[in-house]
This record gives sequence, C-alpha cells and structure tokens, in this order.
Amino acid sequence: MEAAGAGAGAGAGAGCGSGPPLLLSEGEQQCYSELFARCAGAAGGGPAAGPPEAARAAPGAATAAAGPVADLFRASQLPAETLHQITELCGAKRVGYFGLTQFYVALKLIAAAQSGLPVRTESIKCELPLPRFMLSKTDGETRFGNSAELHGTKVQIPYLISEKNTFKRMENEDKQQETQSPTMSPLASPPSSPPHYQRVPLSHGYSKLQSSTEQMHAAPYEARQPLVQPEGPSPGNQGAKPLWHQASLTRSFSVERELQDSSSNYPDEPWRITEEQREYYVNQFRSLQPDPSSFISGSVAKNFFTKSKLSIPELSYIWELSDADCDGALTLSEFCAAFHLIVARKNGYPLPEGLPPTLQPEYLQAAFPKPKWDCALFDSYSESMPANQQPHDLNRMEMLSIKDVADFAVPTQDMTGDDKQALRSTTDEVLPNDMSEDSATKSGLLPPPPALPPRPCASQSEQASEAEPHPQLNRAPSQAAESSPTKKDVPYSQPPSKPIRRKLRPENQATENQEPSSTIGGPASAAAVKPHPAVQKQSSKQKKAIQTAIRKNKEANAVLARLNSELQQQLKEVHQERIALENQLEQLRPVTVL
Amino acid sequence: MAVCVAVIAKENYPLYIRSVPTENELKFHYMVHTSLDVVDEKISAMGKTLVDQRELYLGLLYGYVTNSKVKFVMVVDSSNTALRDNEIRSMFRKLHNSYTDVMCNPFYNPGDHIQSRAFDNMVTSMMMQVC
Repeated sequence: MEAAGAGAGAGAGAGCGSGPPLLLSEGEQQCYSELFARCAGAAGGGPAAGPPEAARAAPGAATAAAGPVADLFRASQLPAETLHQITELCGAKRVGYFGLTQFYVALKLIAAAQSGLPVRTESIKCELPLPRFMLSKTDGETRFGNSAELHGTKVQIPYLISEKNTFKRMENEDKQQETQSPTMSPLASPPSSPPHYQRVPLSHGYSKLQSSTEQMHAAPYEARQPLVQPEGPSPGNQGAKPLWHQASLTRSFSVERELQDSSSNYPDEPWRITEEQREYYVNQFRSLQPDPSSFISGSVAKNFFTKSKLSIPELSYIWELSDADCDGALTLSEFCAAFHLIVARKNGYPLPEGLPPTLQPEYLQAAFPKPKWDCALFDSYSESMPANQQPHDLNRMEMLSIKDVADFAVPTQDMTGDDKQALRSTTDEVLPNDMSEDSATKSGLLPPPPALPPRPCASQSEQASEAEPHPQLNRAPSQAAESSPTKKDVPYSQPPSKPIRRKLRPENQATENQEPSSTIGGPASAAAVKPHPAVQKQSSKQKKAIQTAIRKNKEANAVLARLNSELQQQLKEVHQERIALENQLEQLRPVTVL
Repeated sequence: MAVCVAVIAKENYPLYIRSVPTENELKFHYMVHTSLDVVDEKISAMGKTLVDQRELYLGLLYGYVTNSKVKFVMVVDSSNTALRDNEIRSMFRKLHNSYTDVMCNPFYNPGDHIQSRAFDNMVTSMMMQVC
C-alpha cells in the first residue's frame, strides 16, 4: 500500500531492503527539494499516490510526476541509457513512481553521471556537486548551473568531445543541428561565467512539442551525449534498450528515432521504411481497400492523402513519384512509398527528385516479405494484371470475384495479425510498469499503428515500444519513424475510425485498366469486345485461382502460427527475466535517506 | 528541333506551353494560337478520333489532337534538316503518353495547368534532343 512509499524518509528505504542511508549536504538538500517541488507541483500529482516524506520541506500532495521528472532528467543531458540506469537504481521503476527517496537518489546519480562517475550506488556515497539541468524554465536552474561551476572544465570537456564525435554521425539529420552547434561552445568561455549553455535553443528540444521537426532537434541533444563517459554505450545499443518510458511520448520517439538513424548507417535514411511504419501503412491500406493485393484507386487515394493537408501540387508530385507504373492506382508497395513520402514531407524533408531506391516497389516487396500472405497473393495477381490489361478484363473480373471467396481467408489472417499485435502488446504490458490503462484496450483496436493513429492508440503503441527492453522483439529500435508520423495524428484520425470499406469491385479494376488503354489511343471499345471469347477460359482459371489462393492462405496460416508460438516463447522468457531482475533489485536496494 | 511545345485544352486555352527560351516567345505563342483555327477546321472535317495533321508553312507548325480534344502543337525550326514525318509522330506519341501519365494522377484536375515534373522533363528532353 502506500506504506511502501511512506517509508521513504524514515530510513527504512522505499519499502525495501536496508542499506546505508543517503547523505545529502545542505546545498543538495535544498536543491533537491526545490526540484522535487517543481516536479511534483508541475504535474499536479504523479501516477501513484505515495506520500512524500514529510521530513523534507517537500510538497504536500504527491510524488513527483513522471512527466516533469522525465523532463528534468532529460535536461541533465545524460544519455538515455544512463537515465534508464539511474531510474532503475533509484528504485522508481520498481515502486512505480518517484517518491522522495527515489527522486533524491536519482538526482545524486545524475550528478554522479555528470561528473563522469559510473552509475552505481557507491558513487553517490561521496561528495558530489549538484546535478546540472539545462532548462530555461526557472531561475532555480540557473542557480544550479552556477553552482556546478565547482567542477570546472573537467566536466565540460567531455561534453564537447562528445559533441564533436556525435556531430559527425548526424549529418544526414536535421539541418538545424548546425545552427545549434555554435551555441554549444563552452570550452572557450571560462567556467565561472554562468549560463554558458545556451538554453533557448535547447529548451526547444525539451519542451513538450508536437511538431516532429522539433522532436528532431531534441534528438541530437539526446544522442550528443558523452560517449567518453565510462558507461557510454554506442548509440546502437541505446536504440535497442528501452528508453525513458516515463518520458513524454513525443520526445522519447525523437530519441529513438535519432539513435536508430545514427545506428543504421544508411545514407538515405529518411527514405527507408521501418517495420513499424510498414505495418502501419499496410493497415491503412487495408482500411481503404480490404484486399491488400489489389489496388487503391486514384480517387480513394486522393481523398485519403488530401487529409494529410499537404498542398495539391505536392501531393501530385508525390503521386507521380510513387505511382511507378502510372496506372492511376496504387498497389500496396506504391501506397507505402507514397505514404512514406508524405510522412517525410510533413516532417520537413524536401521531396526527392526521383523515387529513392528504398522506396521502389520492387525493393519494398523484397524488403518486406513478412506479410507473406498479402505479398504472395499480390504477386500472383500483379503479374496477371499489368500483363494482360485489355483482353482479359472480364476474365480478371471473374477471377477477382472468385477472390472474394478467398478474401474470407484474408480476414482470418487479419485476425491473426491482430492477435500478433495484441500479443506483442501484452508482452510489452508485463514489462516494466507505467503502461497506462490504454494498453488494456489496445488489443481491441486496430493493430496499433506505431505512429499515427487516434491518440489512445498512439500512446499505447508508443509506450509499448518504449518500455520494451528486449532486442529480440526488436520493436524499440524500429520506432524511428514514429516521431515523424506523429504529426499526422490529427489529420489521420479519421481514416482509422471510418475506414473506406470497399468490396473488391471488379468494375473498378476494369475501368482503371480501360482508362489508360483508351487514353493511350487504342480503340475505346476494344476491351468490351474481347471478353466474349475469353469467357470459356474462365472456369478453369477460376479453379486454379481458388486453389492457389487456398494454398497460399494455408502457408500464411502456418507461418503466422509459428510466429505466434515463437512470440509466446519469448514472452515466457521475458517474464522470467523480469522476475530475476526484480529479485536482484530487491537484494541491491540499499538506499535510504536520513 | 522543337522550339516550342504547347498543350491546349478543349476550350482552347493552354494547359502547358514551353519554348526554347531564346527569342520571340511571343511569336511562338501567337503562332500556336492562330494554328488553333486551322486545327479546328481540320478536325471538324474529319471523323476519325485521332488526327495527326501537318501544317506546313514557314514556321513548320505541327499539330496533334487527342480524342478528348486536347491539342498538342509543336513548332519546329526548319533551319535544321527537315524532320521526317515519323519523327514528328513519335514525338507526339511521347507527348501523348506523358500527358496520360499526368492524367492518371488523381490530384490533377483536368483543366489545370500541368505542373508535373516528369512531363516537364520529357518535354525538355524532346526539345533538346531534336536540337
């Protein structure tokens, strides 16, 4: 109960093991209590209701809320991995909130980390300077910055070195980085001069922002952390480890995205579609057109993309780029490419001159064989479609109508896909805490698109990916684009809720294929004349079509079932790991505050 | 050498016009405009859907009409060796294909000015290559 939290100041530790008490100097105490007050006051109450220790001049109500605490921690400019370790060590993760003890311990650890010491409980035993936070919010922070001068240049240097190191990694990122770099030049200025840190540009990165371009500003700061520090892992690892799950959603995504980008080493990073993005696009495709192996017609796509609020010329250009075969309709790959371009454009990337290689339809089909069921079906039909447009119009109409029968299998696969998502979500749920109640509803909704969807889904999926510590499931690193599509939250809130359900209308296919043929100048009635001779061939073709469809569906089912069992297995392992970690934590928890 | 290419809509207003930007653009535009009369005259006389007609006068103006009454007009320079009929036809065919690609774009409303970059590139290549 709350007794666990109540024991914070009494020396019994935050409800757990005993250990040497935490010694705070006067300055530290004052500093920390102010910070705590701000954090707790700012949010008006934390996620849990542990009463703070009354011994301090602490705020009355609740514990420090996760949001402002996370803000503060990020303002310390430590790498996400370090912050994560700090949270673990201070016990907030375990108890689920930042009580006074946890907060103070965390602050001490931050100070230790900023001094270059490893994040261990031993480090906080010794005398440490105050932690420094790069916030422009209050003057209180300024004071902290000043008092940190004690450290002199020793601590500043690691920051600079790391900046130079990390700076090179981010060439392909935001161009605004260059504008930020001149501001971070504290080396020249003597340590005694107070805010040699430029707060204004940095605060952009740390305030709660909706626009994802600014998220990308935040990202460089996150990643620009001293790799010189002893515990500094490579950014790739940072990407793989769970990030600050208590932090605000958008910022965590910017970090993940940045780390992901820098770790993936692709020159055309913005044009590469990640797994999560791909899934989301596929879901959107399905909402417009239930059959993923078929086309989205131009008008449907137009309505959909117009919601993204880009200008018509831009959308027109994007269409030009993505509709590779210029047939006025989008296949799944083309749709993904178009969607991705829109997403990139909304994030400020200029549109490319030509379709980047990673967005080519062939590449996309090859790169994402995972949805085997739709790719397999799609390939079989895509071959037939472009090849014989005119003569086999009616024939194809028949095939497609038969495919409606096959479609019944597709929804079941949809369901398994959904179940898979639900499974992953539940996996994420059991993992470290702070998964809000949204997770519970997650499985009931559309497989939560990682990036964009209506707000509850967004928070679920983002929290899910944040909290995930295991590279096996491999979702955390791929959140790269989630920050980027986040901006589209608002415009796209309609499509998921009101899917434009279209039965597979054969006449659409026929008309689409007839349009190009007629405009190309062939006789307009050619298509109508041809079908009659083709009628005889239909029945055998129908049967073949059915059989192939059935076979492919079975294969897909098998694949999904296997995937399901693998995921179950991973879930069990993760459970066990968690239990083991908790046990360790119990044993290691020594910290109490006098 | 195509010095000017124009796409004119059914209602006889230009959707797209591009000249080699050296001189006398106005002259080209004027020629194109006046040629429309001749084009109209020809198509009213013919019953076929696609008309590929040639007009010979000093500027060597060539016209092409689609079955949706969109006209392509091309002005070529006669100083070069006379272009063969086939070449002209192939150029018009390319124009027509690019035009249909533009049409396929659902964001393009028929009657809008053509702003497709692919179309521009194609026209530019045509103008340069024949140079």
